[in-house]
Amino acid sequence: MASVNQPIYIRSAAAINPRQGEPDYRTLLDPKLIRRMSRIIRMGAAAALTCLREAGVAMPDAIVTGTAYGCLEDTGLFLASMIERNEETLQPATFIQSTHNTIGAQIALLLGCTGYNNTFVHRGFSFESALLDAALLLADGEAATVLVGGVDEITQTSRAVLARFGLFRRAIAGEGAAFFLLTGQPSEGDLARLDGFHRFYKPSKDEAVQQEVINFLHLHGLEPADIDLVIMGDKGEIRAKLFPGKPNLAYKERSGEYPTSTSFALGLAAQQVKSGAGRVLLYNHYLGIYHSLYLLSGVDK
Amino acid sequence: MTPVAVAGAGVISAIGNNIRECLAALETGQAGMGDIRWLDTALRGKIPVAEVKADNARLAEIASVSEGTSRTALLSLIAVREALDDAAIPERDRWRTGIVSANTVGGMDLTEKFAARGFRGRLREVAQHECGYSTEWVAARLGLHDYQTTISTACSSSANAIGFGAKLIRHGILDVVVAGGTDALTKFTLNGFNSLMILDRGWCKPMDAERQGLNLGEGAGYLVLVSDAVAATLPARIDCMLSGYANANDAYHQTASSPDGRGSWLAMKTAVERSGLAPADIDYINLHGTGTQNNDLAEGTAIRRLFDPRYPKMSSTKSFTGHTLGASGGIEAVFSVLAVRHGLVYPNLRFRTPMPELPLVPETELIRDVPIRHVLSNSFGFGGNCSSLVFSKWPA
Repeated sequence: MASVNQPIYIRSAAAINPRQGEPDYRTLLDPKLIRRMSRIIRMGAAAALTCLREAGVAMPDAIVTGTAYGCLEDTGLFLASMIERNEETLQPATFIQSTHNTIGAQIALLLGCTGYNNTFVHRGFSFESALLDAALLLADGEAATVLVGGVDEITQTSRAVLARFGLFRRAIAGEGAAFFLLTGQPSEGDLARLDGFHRFYKPSKDEAVQQEVINFLHLHGLEPADIDLVIMGDKGEIRAKLFPGKPNLAYKERSGEYPTSTSFALGLAAQQVKSGAGRVLLYNHYLGIYHSLYLLSGVDK
Repeated sequence: MTPVAVAGAGVISAIGNNIRECLAALETGQAGMGDIRWLDTALRGKIPVAEVKADNARLAEIASVSEGTSRTALLSLIAVREALDDAAIPERDRWRTGIVSANTVGGMDLTEKFAARGFRGRLREVAQHECGYSTEWVAARLGLHDYQTTISTACSSSANAIGFGAKLIRHGILDVVVAGGTDALTKFTLNGFNSLMILDRGWCKPMDAERQGLNLGEGAGYLVLVSDAVAATLPARIDCMLSGYANANDAYHQTASSPDGRGSWLAMKTAVERSGLAPADIDYINLHGTGTQNNDLAEGTAIRRLFDPRYPKMSSTKSFTGHTLGASGGIEAVFSVLAVRHGLVYPNLRFRTPMPELPLVPETELIRDVPIRHVLSNSFGFGGNCSSLVFSKWPA
């Protein structure tokens, strides 16, 4: 399935993950606006603005967002009020902010950014889809700088529902926002180079996953031995089979499990590269269905 | 941009369950609005909507699946299947084939049942909630295995799906992509728009001075976009291509358009430029034209800025289908392709008086047998998301 293999430069990354503690939003956003924002919008907007500030970019050419569940809190509030009031005298505020594009739209509004703006909502591939769109915008020269992110929130209701589906039997509930400023050209202070990324859907068995990893590495002229650090969602089979003895990180212990958690992990990978980790491979699967691979390396000076 | 061939189209809406029925209604001026019949809501009898004329059991029968699937997914399957049949690609398995679908509500019709039981309903009622569910469900049924994704940018969702689908073809990621969108009427959206007080209590009057708001509709519309290599294998000659696409943001307000339609103007202008055309080359604009005070004035102002003094023919087919939200860009893309294919300009029903602010007079009667070389299709939404598509005759 779809791969992109032309280098992309990660100029900056910023993540908010409530399991790791949340920032004082009043230092990042106008307090008058914060009151009207649901948690997902607050997390997304704060991560996006922090990312741009760190990149030294005031206005990106494009904003692309990935979110599997979108604005669950406002959706739930409007639904509950609709049922409670039997469809009479409803306030539009939560409905207005319930659409999945609200996060990307609010960021555009805060920045006054009239450029390309898109939102992908494809379950465990929401962030991967947004990243592909960003890569194609850079490849087409339609944008020189793209702000791309993955965002999902968990609410009391969604936590209860996901628990009934058995999602937390083997994982910790997670949520968060992570944004990146990407460019097609290297510049001073870049965090890392994203050499390629790849997604695959419902592999038949573990051997198929291993083959995808090998093929992805071969595409970049690499063998498993060439990887310096492996970042994975959990301590899976793949690491033991393909990367025995390699330094590794299991990131979901930090982020918790959610459909766009790879955005958190990509930020972690970029920071590791910046601190000199060498060549980093990130592999994740969400529910064993949505698998993705990312290859990062240091920026040539 | 490099043009991308349109090999097929499929549609279901309040004016018909397929292309043939929709085209007949467009040609005879039959609108799809009426009293609420199938949607179970306390607003029945108070607000007209444009429902697809079938209950879920009937839709499941048309789609050849068993019941229990969200209406959004059923509508999608019906239109995607028609689009693939229309394209009739020989040995489709040879090609890398995918789907880019769009919607705004996902399986909300089922989630509403779950919520009505204190958010403790049956799990199967909430299992289809995510927007991406219907895309995967349709892809699995029709063998669209090589890439799947879902876009949600409110009312411009499926225009962006078509734009992104074309990118996947241009970059050689796919050979065949089904792109468009679907949305079912739900209590959630009907009540949401009702709370915003932008629903017309009568049948909507897009672009008219006396317009009172929009009517909500439902449906699905998809195009099959193919690479030139695939196009060369098709039994029927390709007659239409996507020649331009642009996406911009109004960055003005979460729900309202800027008075000068800044985002709409940027989307239209850039789409026309990318198609290598001048505004004067556009023969017909399929308007976003919802019938709200705000949209029609902002869109009209942006059109004046781009086209004055030479205005193309224009009309809003939402006067037939209602505003189908996440499906509207797909349904109207299908109508735009049919306009190119058959040389048609559709009437803007119920238009009587031009807006006092603008010199815009949409077509009120069907025009047939005119050469339509280039159509501009507009889709603008909440969150300032504005997208325009240009469809052109192939070969140019």
